Amino acid sequence: MKRILVREEYCIGCKLCEINCVAAQVGSSNLIKIYRYVPELPEPNLIVEEDEYTTFAIQCRNCDDPMCLKACITGAMHRDSFTGAIRVDKERCVGCWMCVMACPIGVIKRTNDGKKAASKCELCVDRGTPACVENCPNEALVLIEVGE
Amino acid sequence: MAKTRTPPEFILERDDYKCIRCLVCVRVCSYGANFYDEKENRVYTENSKCVGCHFCEAVCPTEAITVKRNKFDIKPSAHWTSEELFDVIKQAETGGILLTSMGNDKPQFNYFDRLVLNASQVTNPSIDPLREPMEIRTYLGKKDAYLEIFEENESQVILKTEVSQQLKLEIPVMFSAMSYGSISLNAIKSLARAAETMGTFFNTGEGGLHKDLKRFGKNMIVQCASGRFGVDIDYLNSGAAVEIKIGQGAKPGIGGHLPGEKVTEAISETRMIPVGTDAISPAPHHDIYSIEDLRQLIFAIKEATRYKKPVGVKIAAVHNVAAIASGIVRAGADFVTIDGIRGGTGATPKITRDHVGIPIEFAIAVVDQRLREEGIRHMASVVVAGGIRKSADVVKAIALGADAVYIGTTALVSLGCHLCQRCYLGKCNWGIATQDPKLVKRLNPEIGARRASNLLKAWTLEIKEILGGMGINAIESLRGNREVLRGVGLNERELQILGIKAAGEAW
Repeated sequence: MKRILVREEYCIGCKLCEINCVAAQVGSSNLIKIYRYVPELPEPNLIVEEDEYTTFAIQCRNCDDPMCLKACITGAMHRDSFTGAIRVDKERCVGCWMCVMACPIGVIKRTNDGKKAASKCELCVDRGTPACVENCPNEALVLIEVGE
Repeated sequence: MAKTRTPPEFILERDDYKCIRCLVCVRVCSYGANFYDEKENRVYTENSKCVGCHFCEAVCPTEAITVKRNKFDIKPSAHWTSEELFDVIKQAETGGILLTSMGNDKPQFNYFDRLVLNASQVTNPSIDPLREPMEIRTYLGKKDAYLEIFEENESQVILKTEVSQQLKLEIPVMFSAMSYGSISLNAIKSLARAAETMGTFFNTGEGGLHKDLKRFGKNMIVQCASGRFGVDIDYLNSGAAVEIKIGQGAKPGIGGHLPGEKVTEAISETRMIPVGTDAISPAPHHDIYSIEDLRQLIFAIKEATRYKKPVGVKIAAVHNVAAIASGIVRAGADFVTIDGIRGGTGATPKITRDHVGIPIEFAIAVVDQRLREEGIRHMASVVVAGGIRKSADVVKAIALGADAVYIGTTALVSLGCHLCQRCYLGKCNWGIATQDPKLVKRLNPEIGARRASNLLKAWTLEIKEILGGMGINAIESLRGNREVLRGVGLNERELQILGIKAAGEAW
């Protein structure tokens, strides 16, 4: 099971992770094109928290005991059986936002593409390596294998 | 104060089409050169603040930024380059000594590039390092002139001579002395880890030993300089060897000055001085005014370390370097480090960096020659520093007579340094020459260690390749083997001092 490890001691606060997360959600690697021509860009699925010298990016922890999964009334929030990542089935989501309320670290949000659905970091399972990990210049975000 | 008359040294060009206003460049510049105008939705650059470190260029996700040198075209003059002109203007404005960092950047001091190496053809076979063993391990320290062996019986032989302590180097390249203070802890950690991986040594510099570095003891040379910062019995015994620093190539004859603002809590603890006080290294050691005094310090250190650690002495390459080196060897040093005019530093007056000392190539040749003539070459190893950029320089330095080399600038370049020569400002965007915790974070020691050891790995392969081409299978056979060198474009006197022939001359 692979998880993103956040290493606060190496985060330089450049926010390249946020920028590339947006691009990954749009599904293109051409940043210039995306930022110039996509009218409503999605919000990044991770946030760089800053407080003077302390900066770090935080995204879904894919908890072992996920509150969002428990709170979901339709079963849209589910665990991917291969990767162990918590994913949202956007077709099933009815937009009750119970997951947003339940998430202890506040990393679930609404999509802004008009659909009434929740959006969260899904470890870029369809993409391969998470875009944030791939584009972090200082390896402050790394994909590591964690035990069962 | 009137507006400055010095134009910006660099121009930051931003392709507005490619700029996506992600503001990474604004966030990362420690000099505050980039800024964002929200009203206009545009990123601007104040070129006069740009030092040309290229950090924003490296992190810009869309390659929108190009940092270019400002070609300030004054009326062409062979005598007055723009650099000379602006130096005068700067001094007219400030009335101070011009400060700079890193090594001498003038072209006239480079002799390595005017030396060429030999290769085997027909009459002697070259060796393929991929198929045959190639030895580049080196031992530093005093080599005994003879070994006394006692044969007890036919099967048992006892070595009676007590062999001097040696430093074992898997590659004849070590990391130069760079103190904690002049560079960040993450930079030192990177080099320490790389030295451990590659079986070589890093040098603590004169800034004492941070507690996190104690575990690298067996790959560490501890330095004792004129300021004696952080020097105590535990410090001397914590490394594999001790180096007494008399001078360094970037600033022969002058001391050091770590400004108080860089003396943070951790540095104060390591250097054993109060927080916020200037750390001043005097120009000379005030207990060393002669070779005899130096001998006293060498033996004081040897006593303190129970004769278990080799003790070396580092000097800058100056006019009388051969005689001084001879004195150092006779004073009992196990290795002599010579730092040439191109050696780097964290801060130095420009006048000293650019005009004092001699190129390391000459220093190696004359020191090796002198020690051989006096029959004391075996009594100490010669380590050279100052201007080694690539493995070819290592090979040439060893062929001229060095035992091993130190790399400082090259090591920092492998960590990210782009030679902007602004270390003295303490705002290094690459997280190397700074103590600002926000900037230090930018150098991840895991990445740093990987990059520095990759560099040494690459050099190992290249050195083996070039040795094989010359038909030599051990670095020991290259040492002082000046027949493998030929000079191109050097005058007769230079060739004579270097002890080499001109290109085209046969054996």
